[in-house]
Amino acid sequence: MRPWVSQVGLRWVGLALLAALPLTGMGNYPLHLAIMCLLWGFVYTAWALMGRLGMVSLGHGAFLGIGAYGVVMGWNNFGLSPWIGLPIALALSALVACVIGWPCFRLKIVGHYFALVTLALSEVARMIIVALRDQTGGSLGVTPNTALADQTWSLSALQFSSKLTWFYIMLAAWLAGLWVWTRVDRSMARLALEAIAHEEDAAASIGIDVTRLKLGVTVISALMTCVGGVLYAQYQLYVNPETVSGIGISLQMVFGAIAGGMFVRLGPTVGAVFTLLLAEVLRLVLGHDIHGLDTTVYGLLLVLFIIFMPKGILGAALEAWQRPRAKPHLTSL
Amino acid sequence: MQIFDVFLLEAVVNGVLLGGILALLALGLNLIFGVIDVVWICYAELIMIGMYAVYYLYVVYGWPLWLACVCSIAFIALLGAALHQYVIRPVLRAEPINQLLVTGGVLFLLQGVATLVFGIEFKNLGVRMPTLELGEMFLSVARLIAFVVALLGMIGVYLFLKRTYLGTAIRAIAQDREIMPLMGVNPSRVFLFTSALGGALAGLAACLLVLQYDIHPAIGLSFGPITFLVCVLGGLGNMIGGFIAAFIFAQFISVGGYLFHLEWGYVIAFVFFIAVMFWKPRGLFGGKS
Repeated sequence: MRPWVSQVGLRWVGLALLAALPLTGMGNYPLHLAIMCLLWGFVYTAWALMGRLGMVSLGHGAFLGIGAYGVVMGWNNFGLSPWIGLPIALALSALVACVIGWPCFRLKIVGHYFALVTLALSEVARMIIVALRDQTGGSLGVTPNTALADQTWSLSALQFSSKLTWFYIMLAAWLAGLWVWTRVDRSMARLALEAIAHEEDAAASIGIDVTRLKLGVTVISALMTCVGGVLYAQYQLYVNPETVSGIGISLQMVFGAIAGGMFVRLGPTVGAVFTLLLAEVLRLVLGHDIHGLDTTVYGLLLVLFIIFMPKGILGAALEAWQRPRAKPHLTSL
Repeated sequence: MQIFDVFLLEAVVNGVLLGGILALLALGLNLIFGVIDVVWICYAELIMIGMYAVYYLYVVYGWPLWLACVCSIAFIALLGAALHQYVIRPVLRAEPINQLLVTGGVLFLLQGVATLVFGIEFKNLGVRMPTLELGEMFLSVARLIAFVVALLGMIGVYLFLKRTYLGTAIRAIAQDREIMPLMGVNPSRVFLFTSALGGALAGLAACLLVLQYDIHPAIGLSFGPITFLVCVLGGLGNMIGGFIAAFIFAQFISVGGYLFHLEWGYVIAFVFFIAVMFWKPRGLFGGKS
């Protein structure tokens, strides 16, 4: 039986509905949630780009931190517009990704070792931010100097008071992230990288340039995460070393992607929506008085997810949906 | 110039004392990795729970300190066994990285539970430890005790592994997991016992750390990452390597922190770690492949 709406059509309708979402006159709070979902969806997608190929990085907090602190430091300390800070942060992220990635991939540091080396990276980033407290504000965090004293938006400072503007910026970033995912997914490189993930030596023996391919996808992932950090800082107008780097946020990225399903395109986004809504619902239902309950439930769910649903929400749902039709391409949604 | 040297010496001695604690932390983690092939990302959180256990038994219920410590060690040993039984065992045959991540979930869970039950206030044992004056150096007695007890604990574990039947079985499993069941060793029991032993070591570390530091739910994050790095530096699963690496790492933190600033000590230590990884990817002394 032919489906009466093609998948492509369905996709455009969904996108149009999403773009029209803030025009329905939703309040500021739901709009804020939607913005955060798109932002973290974008960042988790960036992480899953390499995570699904067996490169479990616990160091993405470093790239998020370089992006966030790069633009804010440039703006506050040197008066550089975020438009100049962004390429600097991107260059720095690419450099760090290469400095860490190249030897890792050359020397075949994989699995536990890769996770722990990258964990060191994100801790280094956090501690450098804290140690440079005279410039960065240390653990107290820092607020970019406002450009909105006498106007509601400033393109040169990348500051907008309207949440609507931010919604469309995040939507664009998220769509760009999905586009990158699709490009990588359809490339020959993805097949090669999957071969590497399964058996690195065998892949190398048939002429796959393991180091170059792994480094390529790592740099792409790092650059996207860095952009995520920039957007986060400019939207929140406050950054803090704990929220943008270190082990906490790095684990959060991993879990977001896993909870949603890191092997399917919309999986990380579903993970972002799920974890954000979960945190908000717990907060609304339980109030602010009970500290720690949200983390408890979050941790418990992660344990349950990894034990019982390692492919994530969307991954498991798609598998259940497609099993009777026996379609092999889970990645096409 | 004279004073400079004394302070430097003090930093070196403090580094040695810190190294003892780090070595104890690394031993538990290495034991578990060596035998079960799993990295407990939540290892430091077990210690955090152990610290709270000591605090409650000693301060709130007024037990003698030694009894509180013994009971806390037993409690964390049970917790370690439970962690293996209910969290690790279901994913033992899954992708190795899932085992690492599932304990990451436990990290959040334990942190959340601790916040929920104990609150976010800093708790203190209230035991005043004297300071020892040695020449012109000032040394904390709490650190000295921690160093000595950590060393004794490690010697105990070493003797246990070398001299007892169960210890031999543990070492055998660590060497070859496929063959040992054929030799009549029950791997599930060995795994469970190793987890309990790893938990007990975490409990011991908790008793020593609680003498020096205030307790709060996020304290695990302040020494958890260091523990993993010490283990990787010495070679994951290599207990002797972890022991030596702990002292090297502690010197970087202590002397680096003295020469520059505390955070820079950590930054230097971490950068050193990354550099070593590129020179010897399997750790300074080689680990299990």
